Amino acid sequence: MGTKEVIITVESIKPKFFEKLIQNILKLTAGTTILVLFLIFFFLLKEGYGIFSYVSLRDFILGTQWLPETTPPKFGALPLIKGSLYVTVGATLIAVPIGISVAVFLAEAAPPMLREVLKAVIELLAGIPSVVYGFLGLTILAPFIKELFNLSSALCAFTASIVLALMSLPTIVSISEDVLTTVPKEYREASLALGATKWETTLKIVIPAARTGLIAAAMLGIGRAIGETMAVLMVAGNAVMLPHSFFDPVRTITANIAAEMGETVHGGLHYQALFGLGIVLFVITFIINFLTNILAADKLGMKRGRYL
Amino acid sequence: MISKRMIEKIGFSVLGILTLLAVLPVLGIIAYLVIRGCAALSWEFLTQPPHNFLSAGGVFPAIVGTLLLTIGTILVALPLGIGTAIYLVEYSERNLFTAVVRTAVVNLAGVPSVVYGLFGLGIFVLMLKLGRSLIAGVLTLGLLILPIIISTAEEALRSVPEDFRHASLALGATRWQTVRYIVLPSAMPSILTGAILGIGRAAGETAPIMFTAAAVYMPGLPRSIFDQVMALPYHLYVISTTVPNVPEHMAFGSALVLLIIVGGLNFAAVVLRLRMRLKRMKLSR
Amino acid sequence: MGIKMETKNLSIYYKNYKALNSVSLPIKENAVTALIGPSGCGKTTFLRSLNRMIEVIEGARIEGNVLLDGKNIYDPEVDPVELRKKVGMVFQKPNPFPMSIFDNVAYGPRIHGVKKKPLLEEIVEKSLKAAALWDEVKDRLYESALGLSGGQQQRLVIARVLAVEPQVILMDEPASALDPISTAKLEDLIEQLKEKYTIVIVTHNMQQAARISDYTAFFLNGELVEYDETRIIFTTPKEKRTEDYITGRFG
Repeated sequence: MGTKEVIITVESIKPKFFEKLIQNILKLTAGTTILVLFLIFFFLLKEGYGIFSYVSLRDFILGTQWLPETTPPKFGALPLIKGSLYVTVGATLIAVPIGISVAVFLAEAAPPMLREVLKAVIELLAGIPSVVYGFLGLTILAPFIKELFNLSSALCAFTASIVLALMSLPTIVSISEDVLTTVPKEYREASLALGATKWETTLKIVIPAARTGLIAAAMLGIGRAIGETMAVLMVAGNAVMLPHSFFDPVRTITANIAAEMGETVHGGLHYQALFGLGIVLFVITFIINFLTNILAADKLGMKRGRYL
Repeated sequence: MISKRMIEKIGFSVLGILTLLAVLPVLGIIAYLVIRGCAALSWEFLTQPPHNFLSAGGVFPAIVGTLLLTIGTILVALPLGIGTAIYLVEYSERNLFTAVVRTAVVNLAGVPSVVYGLFGLGIFVLMLKLGRSLIAGVLTLGLLILPIIISTAEEALRSVPEDFRHASLALGATRWQTVRYIVLPSAMPSILTGAILGIGRAAGETAPIMFTAAAVYMPGLPRSIFDQVMALPYHLYVISTTVPNVPEHMAFGSALVLLIIVGGLNFAAVVLRLRMRLKRMKLSR
Repeated sequence: MGIKMETKNLSIYYKNYKALNSVSLPIKENAVTALIGPSGCGKTTFLRSLNRMIEVIEGARIEGNVLLDGKNIYDPEVDPVELRKKVGMVFQKPNPFPMSIFDNVAYGPRIHGVKKKPLLEEIVEKSLKAAALWDEVKDRLYESALGLSGGQQQRLVIARVLAVEPQVILMDEPASALDPISTAKLEDLIEQLKEKYTIVIVTHNMQQAARISDYTAFFLNGELVEYDETRIIFTTPKEKRTEDYITGRFG
């Protein structure tokens, strides 16, 4: 039997070459993601850095006057940064407790049919474009709030917070629900077997076990709220001034970029200033993302794609 | 004293009521939008361009623009996204490059849409001199939904059992043959679900196209990819905030049409996912 | 009988864990060689090293040689893809692809360039007959393979391997997920297949090894303890540890 022909040969180089080619094309494709992220940052810097020779970074961030049309123009972004802060904090205070409550209800108490229906509804709510949320906030919610609180105008941080909260709810609920359902059944059973009620088990075992995942869910929701543009542009009132209460009109960083970019001249100071705002925004969201990731990359893992 | 059972009942009831309070008003508002919007819908509204400074006529060019933008977007994002996902799941080794790609994907997903708009303005509109155009908008939106496509495709590929890959490789198939003939066909429905979600997102985005593609008013349809386009989300923004004296029913009508397009896409994705889940349940039985 | 394959001082590591320690073992041609031993002893690792499927596992590292007809299969110029056409593999769990019975069997020939339908039909029929499945499925070749029973699925997988015309077939506990009747059918099939193929089978079932194999290798803790003709191993083993295992003193 040892006289058989040598059976292992490099029979053809071509398929191997084709394999390598495919692998390299795919690798190149994957590499574009790095390139794009780099280019985004590069273009923000390239178009925006000029503003920092006009105002210092410190004055840009802490300056209280944003007056791009005056001579000389003033570019202090603090009112915008505070605007973003107000709206985001407001939205977080509303959305996180409600979102997690809803998630707990869905994961622990809702009958299966109701849960599936609600999950589908929430998924559909997540798909509603922000401009539609903005439009509804403008035409339905704002007049309602104006009546309710007897305001002269309801286009303010408070209204924007509610709209933003509604928009980030689906994100927070979906992730939290997922995180809660991945808490091992054994934990629950062990607690129930000790005579705890389901409610006690939920409060004392399930929620603590899911803690980091829930925080990550909240942070992703916050990240969404900070970056949101159209809805806040439409309902936050758009006044570039330092807010003192939630019922003051505000303009956020995002809204300001969207509102003013149309009036700028390419390469002009105002144009550069708006890209400067872009840098600030990019850095803020980058940090939030980074924190969320080190907190719970493994908890979110692949599932992230659904909530983007 | 209240018994433990009572506390449990009350606790979960409160959560249930909160849930309904969070969901029902939004559904109510949307129902209101649908009713008001339906009143504005007519054959003319869907097939005519707007006139009298957007205060009359229809939204036909905006519908077409949005459809063109979404189709273009998916043409950009789908190949890039699926390619990256295949690389990450089927080819990548545990090395620095892979780690950097993963970090990049996660961070791209967190970049606000208005920043994508700035980026698109800087690179496509100005540097590559594409001007405000369909193509610039498509490229910008394509990059915006890239992380969604990658993540969903990655999840889909990972859900294909490792057994299939091993069986194929053991038969002497190459990596690529295994991916092409075994893994991709199994993962395709899930990948498409993700793609539809991505399209839905692209169709509704406003900020990224404001500076890169969208026109307030176009008398006709775009004739080439270098023309500006009208788009429904931008149109809705314009007529409900910046143009005075637009009758409210026009805005409700536009919002409803946008909602139908986006909602339809999302609904399709949900149904597709549900069908797959049922099919998988049947198979595993 | 000739020696079809042979390992020389083969050691395998997963990261830092040594799963296989310097194993030298001949695989005789047109015979059934059974690999036995408690779980975790390295028998599956050894099996996977024979067609380089071990390389699919991340972090696996190989030292030593594996010869097929006297040639080292880990030689850098050997294409694992070409090798696996010659050394086929049947896995523990039946793993038909989610496609029709026909497409499952035709998958191998197709990826290796067979395009003509009549030729494919011929190969499929021949392979299914050789796997003793033809009569059961000939009327539903275009139905999903997932509708078959576990035993049928495992024979389908064997047919799929045969369609590539391998010389060696590796089987990793192929009967572990099957009922007794299906197992008996599978064992008959293996008996027939050895006329044309060289077979290496991992099994945890001692009776099965005794029934179907010509040679038996006993593994323990990553080492080859003893190798001999099956009847000798099961009647007069030289090693105390082998005897203990065979008489049931290990798990």
